[in-house]
Amino acid sequence: MNAIFAAHPLLLVSLVKIVVLLFLLMTALAYLTWFERKVVAHIQARWGPYRVGPHGLLQPLADGVKFLFKEDVTPAGADKFIFLLAPFLTLSLAVSAIALIPFGPMDITIFGQQTPLQVANVSIGLLFLFALSSIGVYGVALAGWASNSKYSLLGGLRSTAQMISYELTLTLSVVGVLLMAGTLNFREIILAQSGFAWGFLPKWNLIASPLPQVLGFVCFFTAAIAETNRLPFDLPEAEGELGAGFHTEYSSFKFAMFFIGEYASMVTVSCLAAILFFGGWLSPFPVAHNWSWTLYIPAAGFIIAGIGILGYGVRYSTIFGKLLLPVVGLAVAGLGILFAQPMAIEFVQGPFWFLLKVVLFLFVYVWVRGTLPRFRYDQLMALGWKVMFPLALANVVLTSLAVAARP
Amino acid sequence: MHVETVLFFVLALMAIGGAVNLIVQRHPIHSALSLIVVMVALAGEYLLLGSEFIAAVQIIVYAGAIMVLFVFVIMLLNAGVEERTHVSRMAQYVGVPVAALLLIELVWSIRRGSAALPIQVSGTVSTSQLATLLFRGYVFPFELTSVLILVAIIGALALAKREP
Repeated sequence: MNAIFAAHPLLLVSLVKIVVLLFLLMTALAYLTWFERKVVAHIQARWGPYRVGPHGLLQPLADGVKFLFKEDVTPAGADKFIFLLAPFLTLSLAVSAIALIPFGPMDITIFGQQTPLQVANVSIGLLFLFALSSIGVYGVALAGWASNSKYSLLGGLRSTAQMISYELTLTLSVVGVLLMAGTLNFREIILAQSGFAWGFLPKWNLIASPLPQVLGFVCFFTAAIAETNRLPFDLPEAEGELGAGFHTEYSSFKFAMFFIGEYASMVTVSCLAAILFFGGWLSPFPVAHNWSWTLYIPAAGFIIAGIGILGYGVRYSTIFGKLLLPVVGLAVAGLGILFAQPMAIEFVQGPFWFLLKVVLFLFVYVWVRGTLPRFRYDQLMALGWKVMFPLALANVVLTSLAVAARP
Repeated sequence: MHVETVLFFVLALMAIGGAVNLIVQRHPIHSALSLIVVMVALAGEYLLLGSEFIAAVQIIVYAGAIMVLFVFVIMLLNAGVEERTHVSRMAQYVGVPVAALLLIELVWSIRRGSAALPIQVSGTVSTSQLATLLFRGYVFPFELTSVLILVAIIGALALAKREP
């Protein structure tokens, strides 16, 4: 084993990166459930999770323990192998898509190896990601079929039809970006968006010349919400009509795997939106003399947030909260102070702006969920085929013309 | 042994195993899934050959689009387990000999040709090289194929619309 690693040091480095990324991702996904429940609760004038830890901060842990200890039921007459395969397929494909996402421009050093902040820098990254997501349909479809239940089957069928319909729009909507960048590699797509118009307006694809990709972005985000089976397009699991849709018969950790898979796809889509249309890791501020104070924004944000949590935590009502929240606040503020150091300040810029954009898109996801009612099935199909698809096609034609006319 | 060689044999075994399983399985869904395994294994082989674009397109088009439709139709029709029948006379007297003949021909041509064929190591083929080839050199056959597909779509629509 050691001989293999000695001969292929990249293998070891990749392994380390995968393990670290997986750990961070799983923690982030667990807290994404908390984030969603909190935001939706506040949209609906409720409190959301509040009991497990201060402001329900330990709720994800409690949920995880509950999933682990629930009884794992396999319905009678289910196709056992496929019933087991479906959640594995969903989770593994959703998580492996994150491996293609670049988190920052600078290299890190692991075991003396210079390596980018990305697990796999594939030259056709975008196509690869679409390949992974196109196989992801099987998880949902097979789960619905293998459960041997009419609600599940209906959910699976709906999701297959929906994903086939919206995949067209999803792939067509990014063609405009590809035409402008001239590459399928994520890093090069981001670098093609660097620079500023008139000295202050970032050349992100959403607002860049020759043709701002506003139409492409609207099509992309709508289709992406449909692809990830989220409200208002969550017909595969419409709980009002289908029980819980394709995962009605799933319990315990198999259900958790679908759940985590769905959240992982949300993160992937948010990363994609940030990379393709909002300049990825690029800062919204120019790098000029009178703009150099913007380098301290990450540090200032963390320090202010940390002090805020500290001050709030000292006055919190429960003793546990009085102990936990100040520690969290101090940790956040400490990170902020670390970010202001000369050795770290350049490095944190990329990941900070990238993750900030991703969190913003995740918020929009939850916001849409909390605001819009679910579509009817025929409305969904009509919207997909008669509105979104022609719009995405028009965007491709217009962008091609604009790119061709560019001097 | 190289990692590439090991991967080649793992993927080849996956493809052959999937293909055999496709015939042996009695349930249509299981057969369709085996076919997907074959497609994905082939995509892996393309990747080993340095052709990333073809690998991705293989997965997107075959495993992701065409096979999804297969699975969708099987699920929609709720096709049950196939019944085993005896070998038909056609297959027994014509099919088996022809299959054996093809196998012999295949083995013979591989044994004869392996020394003569030069192994081309062209490295990675970039997407833009492929696009240049497709849209400059072979643009006429390419466009002709798309017209053919359009005709097929219109034909399918006409057939589906005929029933009142």
